[in-house]
Amino acid sequence: MTEMKYEVPTSLDDAVALLADGKGNAKVLAGGTDVLVQMHMDLIEPDLIVDIKNISELRQITKEKDGYRFGAAVSGVELMDHEDFCQTWPGIMDGVSLIGSLQVKGRASVGGNVCNASPAADSVPAMIAAGATATIVGPKGKRDIPVEEIATGPGQTSLEDGEIVVSFFLPNSAPGTGGAYQRFTPRTEMDIAVVGVGISLTLGDDGVCSSAKVALGAVAATALIAEAAAAALVGTKVDKAALDNLAAAASAACKPIDDKRGTKEYRIKVAGVLARRVALIALERALGGKE
Amino acid sequence: MKKHHVSTTINGDEVDFLCETSETLLDVLRDHLHLTGAKEGCGTGDCGACSVTLDGVLVCSCLVLGVEAEGKEIETIEGMADGDELHPLQRKFVEHIALQCGICTPGLLISARSLLEKNPNPTEEEVRFGLAGNLCRCTGYQNIIEAVMDAAQEMRGA
Repeated sequence: MTEMKYEVPTSLDDAVALLADGKGNAKVLAGGTDVLVQMHMDLIEPDLIVDIKNISELRQITKEKDGYRFGAAVSGVELMDHEDFCQTWPGIMDGVSLIGSLQVKGRASVGGNVCNASPAADSVPAMIAAGATATIVGPKGKRDIPVEEIATGPGQTSLEDGEIVVSFFLPNSAPGTGGAYQRFTPRTEMDIAVVGVGISLTLGDDGVCSSAKVALGAVAATALIAEAAAAALVGTKVDKAALDNLAAAASAACKPIDDKRGTKEYRIKVAGVLARRVALIALERALGGKE
Repeated sequence: MKKHHVSTTINGDEVDFLCETSETLLDVLRDHLHLTGAKEGCGTGDCGACSVTLDGVLVCSCLVLGVEAEGKEIETIEGMADGDELHPLQRKFVEHIALQCGICTPGLLISARSLLEKNPNPTEEEVRFGLAGNLCRCTGYQNIIEAVMDAAQEMRGA
């Protein structure tokens, strides 16, 4: 066994240089709640660990003119303790607050949740529904991509050698927008999603839904954007007929596998049920709790 | 193999240790520093038996690398009692018989203290939520919840 090195760069340039030198067998360490488990189970044996928690850009939560930006290594507890962020992005926080125990959230980051690329990652559908983008730096410079373009399959990402996710940007929502995420698990806490649904919807002054985005987790190799499900809401007042159409379209979009947490048929059914519930929460938030 | 020299603070004492990259904070606490209060139940962050605080944040020490402790302040169960005087949570765990085999107890006490620091007057549901990351296979939790609620009341001076 070769010696495993550990580095704590304090700048993005240094981190990128270290990772590029690592030639694919360097592992980024943020909260470590997936990386250390993978090491413990001998699933990975990196030559180099690059701890990115001392890089300031990865640790900040900043309100900008056009939206909110938060560092990829900001922990779940840091987000939960940020009152304004929680009020502005309740749908994102629905997902973040479901990630593991308080102990796990004390370390785990959204960046790690996205880059670990589990199809069942709880923060991902809500981030996609909210239109989040990721800022990535690497040896070739900086690029911004939608969050849904990071995971390409279970445990696989589109990041190239030497690239790291620096931060996420959540663009300001139009007035009358509500977002929500729920997952189905046999237990209420400390479990992995059988199905997860994130929805963001915007209501016009007339109460008619003008735009919507629906993302489904744990029903395909990556989180899915269900365009037909979103289309079922647009132009409606999110009434019963619209919710029926949403549920049918969400179920139809699923491409799940059978596993110990659920069968294909079960996941397809639950996706519809859950989409309906999540849409109602998003609707209530869009109405500002006035309903 | 080259080891890392780490300087940290544990329960208020400055501590230096040597560790390899692959060693967790839990490995360091138990095997190098002989602070064996924190237990390894699962090694994957599911059971909470290794709970400690790191700069005041509740974490599983099995999911922290030893080398990450550099410059940090760590609190473990060994620092909870004041000499021979038990912390109110410890005393209430004894009074309510909130343990059987005791493996989960150090982690539960650390989590409970962390919970009460943030929320001195929790509801029963908040206590259950706050301790959801600590598994106990003996008690069924009821006595643990009662002990924490009782300790919270005493600590509020009520």
